[in-house]
Amino acid sequence: MPSPGERLAALWAAAAAAPRLLRQRWRRSLALRVIVSTVIVCSVVVVIVGVVLLGQIRDRVLEGKIGAAVAQSTNGLRYAESQLTAVDPINGDDVRTTLDRTRLQLADRGGPAGQFEVVIFDTSNPTAPIARLTAQGLAVPSDLRADIAAGQQSYQLATVAIDGEQPTTTLLVGLPLISNIGAFELYYLFPLDQEQANLDRIQGTVFAAGLVLVLIVGAIGGAVAGIVVRPVRDAARTAKRFAAGRLEDRMVVRGEDDMAVLATSFNDMAASLQSQILQLEQLSRLQQRFTSDVSHELRTPLTTVRMAADLLYGYREDFPAAVARAAELLQDEVNRFESLLADLLEISRYDAGAAALDPSRADLRVLVDRVIAATAAVAARQGTDLVVHTTDQPVLAEVDSRRVERIVRNLVVNAVEHGEGLPVEVSVAVDGHAAAITVRDHGIGLQPGEATQVFSRFWRADPARRRGLGGTGLGLSISLEDAHLHGGWLQAWGEPGQGAQFRLTVPVRSGEELTHSPLPLVPASGWAAAGGPR
Amino acid sequence: MRGRVLVVDDDPALAEMLGIVLRSEGFEPSFVADGVRALSVFRDVRPDLVLLDLMLPGASGIDVCRAIRSESVVPIIMLTAKSDTVDVVLGLESGADDYVVKPFKPKELVARVRAQLRRGDSDQPESLSIGDLQIDVPGHTVTRDGAAIALTPLEFDLLVALARKPRQVFSRELLLEQVWDYRHAADTRLVNVHVQRLRSKIERDPENPTVVLTVRGVGYRAGAR
Repeated sequence: MPSPGERLAALWAAAAAAPRLLRQRWRRSLALRVIVSTVIVCSVVVVIVGVVLLGQIRDRVLEGKIGAAVAQSTNGLRYAESQLTAVDPINGDDVRTTLDRTRLQLADRGGPAGQFEVVIFDTSNPTAPIARLTAQGLAVPSDLRADIAAGQQSYQLATVAIDGEQPTTTLLVGLPLISNIGAFELYYLFPLDQEQANLDRIQGTVFAAGLVLVLIVGAIGGAVAGIVVRPVRDAARTAKRFAAGRLEDRMVVRGEDDMAVLATSFNDMAASLQSQILQLEQLSRLQQRFTSDVSHELRTPLTTVRMAADLLYGYREDFPAAVARAAELLQDEVNRFESLLADLLEISRYDAGAAALDPSRADLRVLVDRVIAATAAVAARQGTDLVVHTTDQPVLAEVDSRRVERIVRNLVVNAVEHGEGLPVEVSVAVDGHAAAITVRDHGIGLQPGEATQVFSRFWRADPARRRGLGGTGLGLSISLEDAHLHGGWLQAWGEPGQGAQFRLTVPVRSGEELTHSPLPLVPASGWAAAGGPR
Repeated sequence: MRGRVLVVDDDPALAEMLGIVLRSEGFEPSFVADGVRALSVFRDVRPDLVLLDLMLPGASGIDVCRAIRSESVVPIIMLTAKSDTVDVVLGLESGADDYVVKPFKPKELVARVRAQLRRGDSDQPESLSIGDLQIDVPGHTVTRDGAAIALTPLEFDLLVALARKPRQVFSRELLLEQVWDYRHAADTRLVNVHVQRLRSKIERDPENPTVVLTVRGVGYRAGAR
């Protein structure tokens, strides 16, 4: 059972995650964006229309009321004047009674302006209404009273309480009642509660109608977005499947609308891609087939030539000097031809995409030792020392040993060939993610820009150089392909006169992405000796 | 040393050159150029070893290999221009004992031929047992409960190598050296394929071997008695 604190924390976490989830949903759902935008725009429009409409209705209602009220009160004023004119002004009681009676008569006269109350004030005694005592508490706005006292007919809207009842919005029409017995103020009070109730009802109706409208528009927006988005989602799904290799997947075409055009175009594109992919596959198969055929067709005569050359070479001591030399040349060139053919076939296998990685866990130190052992004889012939810098720990990585061995052999033989007899250093290192092997020579080095060129097919450092160890010119190209097959890097560094360093970096676990190398590409001593930037 | 070698190759120049090399090494070569006639010539010549080109007109080298193997245990060495996995394995599975990839050096070919012909030259009386099998080494026979099991000389040598050191685990490289006479690294698929072929003949259930056991990641060893 979670404690309240924990539950609160979980709730807080959910609340904190909610905006992120909402944002995510907002970003991902086109339909949601369409619905929300439609609803917002529609709400704004409905509010504006509603406000304007209600304002207009209110004004019209008020105008009608005021017109009727003014007509009513003007009528009443004339009646009151006629009543007061007939009064003998000697007796004050008579005046009071007449005023009271007149007020009652005025209040009883109905009219198109609806219910109303009538109050009469004596101008000379402004605090209390002289007629209708019950209207004691009535507070007529002072500016209205000022207008009336000045002899002007006027009206005003105010919230007043009559007889201690709930204050209501009331239309007050004031009229100066002048007679020979004195000046009075006649007020007609038209409570607007009926109109207010009507307006409230209308407002409620408009509000409800607006809400329904917004909901309907939102629903329509959602439905339309759904109609539009569903085929788009279908298209996305189909495209994803297509990309995943299901080349025969197509969209369903319904009708002749824009969506149908999209589906048709998509299908056309898919068909075109499919045919091109199939064509490429076909070409690739043909290429592989051709390579295989060439392999056989070239190798059979080469075998014969090779055996014949070997036979002649074996008997060369019995031949005259020139013929013996010819036998030697034949032997050497057949060897070169053979490695050239082997390299060409290897690289065409890469070009055809037929090369496959066969990774297994291997100790790169052991692999390097094997290469050193295999190239020791070549190095000794050139008078080159091979120096290995390694660690006590195994340098384990998932590699295709045959290919990595070929790369390292290539690099070492190259370094020996270009190392001018100076020592060649091989370093091995590993960290958690990558393993690296560097091969460093101290020979003529590389000219600027050559560090990338060295990997080009048939590229040679110096065209005038003799082809010392019989390289085919394809070795580094094949090594680069081998490195790429591992998801690895093969890079070169070189400075004129400072020698060169080649670095192979491979991921420790096959298939992982490389981000760095445990060994530097540029050797520390290289820059120091060259006095270059640090 | 027995020295009749049948060369099955459609390329006349290569066949002639092979003849020159074999003769200079003291073998007696005979030739057949197409796959269809290969079997009848094989029956006439009764060679001690067959050099077989995998790409032949008529029947393919694979078919010829299978046909010869079906009626003889004579060593077969394939000449192949392809080093692609499938072709080599297919050739080995159809019964070839070893293969040489073109272009090969004459010395290399002769070494392979000699290695195959050297089989079963032991004259020391020696009797071994492995699993529930009895091996008579000079007599070249393998029996289970008195019933003989026919093996090719290569398969016999493979079994004897394992049986002689029943406690040792043999790596594929070691077997290549002892049985095939390879002095440097060679194709370990040779071992895999021939162990499978051997098992199909000597195991009661080749899926669950009891005579030749696999040691994962290392190699093979003899099963316990």
